[in-house]
Amino acid sequence: MGRIIDWARNRSPWILHLNCGSCNGCDIETLDALMPRYDIERFGILKKDTPRHADILVATGPVTKQMAPRLKRVYEQMPEPKLVIAAGSCASTGGVFHDCYNCHEGVDDVIPVDMYVPGCPTSPEALIDGIVKLLEEAGQDAQAERLAEAKPEIVEEGARIDEAVPAADESTAEIDTDDNPEEGTDEPEPVEA
Amino acid sequence: MSEQKAGTEIPVGPQHPSLKEPANFTLNVDGEVITGAEMKLSYNHRGIEQAVLGNSYIENIYLLERICGICSHAHTSAFTQGVEELLDLDVPPRARYIRTLIGELERIHSHMLWLGVAGHEIGFDTLWQYAWRDREIVMDLLEEITGNRVHYSINTIGGVREDLTDDQRETILAGMDDLQERIDFYQETVPNEQTVRMRCENVGVVPKDLAREYCAVGAVGRASGVPTDVRKDAPYAAYDDVDFDVITDDRGDLLARTVVRIGEIAQAIRIIRQVAERIPEGDLKASAKPPQALLAQVPEDDAVSRYEAPRGELIHYIRSDGTDTPARVHIRVPTLANWPTVVESLKGSYIADTPIVVAGIDPCISCTSRIGVETDGSHGGENAFDLDELREYGIDWYDERGNVERPSTAGEGRTATDGTEGERP
Repeated sequence: MGRIIDWARNRSPWILHLNCGSCNGCDIETLDALMPRYDIERFGILKKDTPRHADILVATGPVTKQMAPRLKRVYEQMPEPKLVIAAGSCASTGGVFHDCYNCHEGVDDVIPVDMYVPGCPTSPEALIDGIVKLLEEAGQDAQAERLAEAKPEIVEEGARIDEAVPAADESTAEIDTDDNPEEGTDEPEPVEA
Repeated sequence: MSEQKAGTEIPVGPQHPSLKEPANFTLNVDGEVITGAEMKLSYNHRGIEQAVLGNSYIENIYLLERICGICSHAHTSAFTQGVEELLDLDVPPRARYIRTLIGELERIHSHMLWLGVAGHEIGFDTLWQYAWRDREIVMDLLEEITGNRVHYSINTIGGVREDLTDDQRETILAGMDDLQERIDFYQETVPNEQTVRMRCENVGVVPKDLAREYCAVGAVGRASGVPTDVRKDAPYAAYDDVDFDVITDDRGDLLARTVVRIGEIAQAIRIIRQVAERIPEGDLKASAKPPQALLAQVPEDDAVSRYEAPRGELIHYIRSDGTDTPARVHIRVPTLANWPTVVESLKGSYIADTPIVVAGIDPCISCTSRIGVETDGSHGGENAFDLDELREYGIDWYDERGNVERPSTAGEGRTATDGTEGERP
């Protein structure tokens, strides 16, 4: 069952966008990724409006003191497994607002962050790349867990698949692919022309 | 801003993980009709005005640019103009033309963005996608000229940082030809489109007297027949050298604002063409000295700088105390001037109209969040509508009801026909 959920999630991650005191720059660029030029909807990446439907939280802005409790609440409302992207320099480190009295220094002051996409503002390309990389990474974790369950002798607990199974060691790599042939740990499918 | 407290209260926001930024308002309703509204802003308050005091003038250009990502050029221009006034610097003509060019490109990008958002709020997503697709033409031009899509950072004290090459001028003119075609299409279709008319005609009416009383600025004021435009009233940059019209309308409803904004895009194209064709040769900066040398001796004085941002008149007040950091910077943004008209025009309209009435002034919360801190987060509560749910509700409500009559605003002396076309001296 977990495998099916992982597979489905990797194919069509739904994102929730939250403005935590950003200047709008990252927000319009995040939305721009959904617009006809970049059109990430064709990869199944949908922008959802409620935290309860979302897999990935895209938070922008340095997180103002008023927004911090709300960011936390939105994060808590998201179902597991959830991923957080800090989009933009402010969200990553506080950016130009690092010494403002009413700001935290980035999203990771408030909630754990899985991926930082810097840039002022972050470009739509960078954001898409961030989402894809994050999914690849998350997929590897999930794959490692399953592998550890099936063949505990080759994977130490908590290790990622690429650490546990060195690329040079062909025999184990083969076991890996044979064992999990149908898993969707790759990128979202490219669109057909 | 609160009025009658009778009837049911509906809290909206502050969380609406949708298009816009955090804002909270409480609607008092009697059935479907809104009788009173109260706004709470400043969820985006970051303390920029305080942070400005600790930075040098040069650093502040980049800090103030990040007040807002949609009108970033407006903030840097207003600030640099103010500092130039303090230093008594003459900006060379070529630099003034480049500032005008970027300012108008930004105006197009902002109005196209608004057009899309307005389309989304009334459930007309095709318009949203169309407008944002065509906006990419301008974004590409901005990226080519300045190197960045959103924060252009082209202004510096006494001039601009980047020159405009001949190749770029040709690209701009070609881009404007493409865009002109699209704007002609919007000018013809949007005001006549049934979906737009149904949701925008006679909605959110701000009559001329109300617009004057509440000092509405920008497209909101102009759509109500108040022809205020800093570009004409107190020309800065190169606006006294170019021809353009101030677009006004006398109906004051959302449709009028849409028409005014699309008209302004057409005027912006006209200005950009003139600028690209007759930009003079010359220096980019007022002085060959490094800006740090100039800014080491800012005399003790104060200056007020006005700029016509895409949303209306933007005012920066700067006081210097003889050091290399400002003693006070205050910013009055156009959205703040327009909020009271939203509260007024919400009264007497349907709940379903709230999203588009609020979006109708093109609000920018991150600009507006200069004052007021509220940290308890107690209001709202479990039953709060978020704006997106309200948008869905609005679309469904109109779908079910079909063609509805507008609630009467008579008796309060506010009708769409109050205003008359304002005349410019």
